Amino acid sequence: MWGILRRSAVDGGGFSASSLRRTRFSLVSARSYAAGSKEMTVRDALNSAIDEEMSADPKVFVMGEEVGQYQGAYKITKGLLEKYGPERVYDTPITEAGFTGIGVGAAYAGLKPVVEFMTFNFSMQAIDHIINSAAKSNYMSAGQINVPIAFRGPNGAAAGVGAQHSQCYAAWYASVPGLKVLAPYSAEDARGLLKAAIRDPDPVVFLENELLYGESFPISEEALDSSFCLPIGKAKIEREGKDVTITTFSKMVGFALKAAEKLAEEGIGAEVINLRSIRPLDRATINASVRKTSRLVTVEEGFPQHGVCAEICASVVEESFSYLDAPVARIAGADVPMPYAANLERLALPQVEDIVRAAKRACYRSK
Amino acid sequence: ISDDSSFYGGHGIVGAQVPLGCGIAFAQKYAKEEAVTFAMYGDGAANQGQLFEYICLWDLPSILVCENNHYGMGTADWRAAKSPSYYKRGDYVPGLKVDGMDAFAVKQACKLAKEHALKNGPIILEMDTYRYHGHSMSDPVGAHTFTRDDISGVRQERDPIERIKKLVLSHDLATEKELKDFFINLNIDMEKEIRKEIDDAIAKAKDCPMPEPSELFTNVYVKGFGTESFGADRKEVKAALP
Repeated sequence: MWGILRRSAVDGGGFSASSLRRTRFSLVSARSYAAGSKEMTVRDALNSAIDEEMSADPKVFVMGEEVGQYQGAYKITKGLLEKYGPERVYDTPITEAGFTGIGVGAAYAGLKPVVEFMTFNFSMQAIDHIINSAAKSNYMSAGQINVPIAFRGPNGAAAGVGAQHSQCYAAWYASVPGLKVLAPYSAEDARGLLKAAIRDPDPVVFLENELLYGESFPISEEALDSSFCLPIGKAKIEREGKDVTITTFSKMVGFALKAAEKLAEEGIGAEVINLRSIRPLDRATINASVRKTSRLVTVEEGFPQHGVCAEICASVVEESFSYLDAPVARIAGADVPMPYAANLERLALPQVEDIVRAAKRACYRSK
Repeated sequence: ISDDSSFYGGHGIVGAQVPLGCGIAFAQKYAKEEAVTFAMYGDGAANQGQLFEYICLWDLPSILVCENNHYGMGTADWRAAKSPSYYKRGDYVPGLKVDGMDAFAVKQACKLAKEHALKNGPIILEMDTYRYHGHSMSDPVGAHTFTRDDISGVRQERDPIERIKKLVLSHDLATEKELKDFFINLNIDMEKEIRKEIDDAIAKAKDCPMPEPSELFTNVYVKGFGTESFGADRKEVKAALP
């Protein structure tokens, strides 16, 4: 990272959190457009979060394929090997079952691994360790063996990577008690939620999105502080509205916000909720919003059956039935393996117009 | 662990406890504790592996070919395995190391492997070969440690085509001039032919229309039982899977 290189030239290598923050400010303000507004890419947000947590706690280490010498397959761990050395940043062979097992074992013994899956599709090689070795340990050991591990990496569809590289695992992992599952959208989400995940004493599945890595978001001074942390289990209301509630997470938050703009032109006020936390799910915020708007559209990229949307619909029907003025609606990935052809891939993923259409149907305003 | 006995208990998934034990040992080393971990498993758990233990038991006629070009994406083989002698990995499955850049060696090895596999069961062939280029566009600068001299050296000494050419010359099967003419013609004609074949294939692929939207739902199952499948908006786009 440019900031880190600059600091080692100037400071001679002392890495305190506050000096990191000063460099971070000057790096960012060199790129800002308006006076006083700072921007950060999701990639830089994740990198700085891991960097700060490694700096603060020597038990935190990074493990995964190509995370060290290659600087990270998506450059999320760039510069960490140079900064912390090979005893804190481990390049692993290609054996997810092997290194996930070792990571979970290290967590049993009190270390805090940050295990990277090059994509969560490959986590299926290691899913036994994530579920049976990590998620259930605290419960089965009556609290004697907790597992302070974070599993992170890109999740869901990218662009033209085909069926085996495009699945969204939010629903699978979020159905397991003992796991926590987070999904950031903005740079602030990325920083705050990853820091929370690394500090958390339980196993956390941290679902990033490849297409969001390069996107820039405005970021507050508070979020740039090294002690910044977002609470696990709390959703964020990205946009307030009174006519229909749209819940979603990760890349779809951007789509929902665009849909809300289009709906506003037609006089429909959509309230957009960024879930941030899939497990625990913030049912209180979701239900409070639906009780205000009386209509719900849930959106996700993953397969529709038994998905995150299905859980939210069930929750709202259970808790807020008498408040609903229209059937609950799900907009999700198509119920087929992800196609490779670009036009079919587009059809297999939710688009802004799908969200707009569903919201208008919920408001009985279609065609 | 509450009572400091350092006993981590049993594990319900047979064989999974071995990497977990290694993880505990990892933590001990990380903390420089000068302590060890015993990860214990029985003859049943020893078969958790899906490859060598299993295929060997049933004498499957399989030939495992390990193409060893010494790099896994950005990571050199010596950084990814304690013993990068892949042909030795099999324990009860025999293995052969083959010069993968020698066409004749590869041919003989495959012949032998087939005879062996049909009669005795699995065998490993490790084909030693070489990667001229890096992994991809996202390689960091300096990822590929082979220098230009290394690469041209390998091309001289080990390149499969160069070697056959040398053999032909040294056994007087053709003169230098004959070979040169042959190669020129071969290269020109063959290269032209190959290039045309590729260009035609690309043009055909590009001219091909994009698939119909209904293709979204084809081949999900062989036998779909008429079950419904949906697009992003299930009220708008759906189909019955035949």
